[in-house]
Amino acid sequence: MRRVLCDAILARLARILVRCERIVTFRKYLVLAGVAVFGSAGDSVLSYGMKQTGNISLHHLPSLILAVFNPWIALGIVLLLAFFAAHMNALSWADLTYVLPATSMGYVVLALVARFLLHEQISPLRWLGIALITGGVGFVAGGPVLTGHEHHEKVQPAETVGSAATTGAES
Amino acid sequence: MKTVYTWTAIALITLASVTGDIFLARAMKQVGDVHHLWRRVGLWTIVGRVLANPNFLFGVCAMATAFFSLLFALSWADVSLVTPAASSLTFIGTAFAAKIFLHEKVDRRRWIAALLVAAGVAMLAG
Repeated sequence: MRRVLCDAILARLARILVRCERIVTFRKYLVLAGVAVFGSAGDSVLSYGMKQTGNISLHHLPSLILAVFNPWIALGIVLLLAFFAAHMNALSWADLTYVLPATSMGYVVLALVARFLLHEQISPLRWLGIALITGGVGFVAGGPVLTGHEHHEKVQPAETVGSAATTGAES
Repeated sequence: MKTVYTWTAIALITLASVTGDIFLARAMKQVGDVHHLWRRVGLWTIVGRVLANPNFLFGVCAMATAFFSLLFALSWADVSLVTPAASSLTFIGTAFAAKIFLHEKVDRRRWIAALLVAAGVAMLAG
């Protein structure tokens, strides 16, 4: 009887722990913000650099590699590396279908920077786009962070996950 | 010809991005929650585990393909067309691929979010 009670308490504690792991902390929100900001900034800087480089023909593909030495393209690559690190971090604790919409606020930030800092005009269609993206982010942010990996989290302690990687890949 | 190049590059960016995202997501789920692992085993062990994961290497190759396709497309077309078009298609493609290959539970809430974001990103380009 006592053993059954202990098992029930332990199972309850395990469920609470798993639930606590799924709560998005402030640090995790910072990671999502990093994905949004670094991704948008990287794309913009890269675009500016490629406009300086000019059109690249299919017959001169090696010039695509040489373009990396342009300072703006190099800065764009550094920003995209920061984006990549934050993206990988987010994917380690959240679903892909959560991370992608949640980090799309970067487009909204870019549009607002263009409007209020660069004083560019934003058409009503673009404002509608901003509203739709914000709505989409609100939709996904209200839901669970992780859905399809309950089995792996409960069975494998964090230290052994790497060694058990092949099992996960097969499933 | 320019339009054909641009949309071929956008299709390639989308396909490579979706493939890369699926492989990277799978790799990071196998490695485990970075925030917890950092405290227990340290940063360099995490980096070693990530780099040794075959799914990560496949994902990086796919992402590199997407990156060079993006560079190619940006040299022909405006960023305001290429980035939103490729991103919108990637949102939809990823939702399908994550459901099929990662077995994520893409419920109505996530479908609506993916569609709203994809439509919003497309409108930002308008």
